[in-house]
Amino acid sequence: MAGEDTLVDELLAGKHRALARVITKIENRSPGYRDLVSQLHDHTGDAEVIGITGSPGAGKSTLVDKMAATYRERGETVGVIAIDPSSPFTGGAVLGDRIRMGSNVGDMDVFFRSMSARGSLGGLSTATTDAVKALDAFGKDKVIVETVGAGQNEIEIVKTADTVAVLVPPGSGDDVQMLKAGILEIADIFVVNKADMDGADRTVMELREMVEMRDASPMAGHHGADAMASEDTEPADEETGWEPRIIETVAKTGEGVEEFLGTIADHTAWLTESGELESQTRKRYEAEIKTLLREDTAALLEEELAARGGLETYVDRVLDRKTDPYSVADELVAPIAACVRERRENGD
Amino acid sequence: MSTEQEQRTIRCLVAKVGLDGHDRGAHVIARAFRDAGFEVIYSGLHKSPDDIVQAAVQEDVDVLGISILSGAHDTLVPKIMDGLGEYDAFEDTLVIVGGIIPEDDREELYEAGVAEIFGPGASMAETIEFVRENAPER
Repeated sequence: MAGEDTLVDELLAGKHRALARVITKIENRSPGYRDLVSQLHDHTGDAEVIGITGSPGAGKSTLVDKMAATYRERGETVGVIAIDPSSPFTGGAVLGDRIRMGSNVGDMDVFFRSMSARGSLGGLSTATTDAVKALDAFGKDKVIVETVGAGQNEIEIVKTADTVAVLVPPGSGDDVQMLKAGILEIADIFVVNKADMDGADRTVMELREMVEMRDASPMAGHHGADAMASEDTEPADEETGWEPRIIETVAKTGEGVEEFLGTIADHTAWLTESGELESQTRKRYEAEIKTLLREDTAALLEEELAARGGLETYVDRVLDRKTDPYSVADELVAPIAACVRERRENGD
Repeated sequence: MSTEQEQRTIRCLVAKVGLDGHDRGAHVIARAFRDAGFEVIYSGLHKSPDDIVQAAVQEDVDVLGISILSGAHDTLVPKIMDGLGEYDAFEDTLVIVGGIIPEDDREELYEAGVAEIFGPGASMAETIEFVRENAPER
């Protein structure tokens, strides 16, 4: 088996197998994957990342297929990461997005990778971010991340994208209702797909109404749900702000795809001109570091917990009213905190 | 949850190749693999050997299951094996074939690198067990 160094070299040299293997290592969190991703970082930052989300059956995969084909016609290379849910019981999954990639089969310059949201694993967004880095370092011009917009996890993932498009199928107002629960804030572009179906006009209208309402709300702002926005990021002002666009497409026939890609390009241009791209990137790295810190400290604590005989014994004592959860947490964290403080004071 | 803690899941590509529209078997095996805790990618119908190779390489699957009932296995399967070789994926992909393969043709497929052939009557449990035991160590 090739070592990590050669794997990175091979990836950078454009070997598909190496890219595929690196993503596998990222997904499996194989020993050494962190070094791999660290080495890739230097080679990233050139790809344009587009996130596509929406309810099941909205036509995401079909649209992604057409997007990839159109980019390829323009001579650009494309990477796609399609995320599907997995069974929380068996961990198994059928990853079906690939079937829709009919326009790009046989074209190795579209690198399509299916990923599953592996059960309880909280690090899906980390894995996705890292896989995007691998595709970026490989030299893909566009990286598309496709995911079912069903929960917080997915929203986190989509936030790794420069431009986020939310697909809305026409029809019952329920889909628009669903959007209210947090997806509205992340959309740079709304795509009313299957626009040839009845009710598309109404859906467009409802979306437009909602976008206007958003503008009137004091909470408005790009990716406004970012609670951790720091002081130095300017609030999006009226002049330079990006108002979510609404696009109609029929992914099956390719209708509207050119316009959609044009709007993505507009958004990218706006990101660059407004300086939003830079602040977005900063925020993203900020979030990435925080996530890693949280995961690593949690791992450290779990190790400590295991060394002390596991969580169960503490739960037993809490049940018997011998101690309480706060005291348990203090007891576990105190020695670590003491150790860290001591080293800090000693200037290590 | 440790970031260093390895979380390996067996990945399979269930592939239909050539002009063979019988996909009931492929669907059944895809579901059985899913329920066994594998991650299953289904190729869809009427794929060319190149398409299958592309999918197997990009998805970095541990197992490639080719379902074929058309009788064209003797031309299509070796093409897939060659394609895997081209992308250095031949060595560490477990290739199994399911479907109607006459006894006389089997040796040739084994020689081409197919690990096992599951004909009519092969049980799900047996197939899953085989995959679990033979999925390549990476």
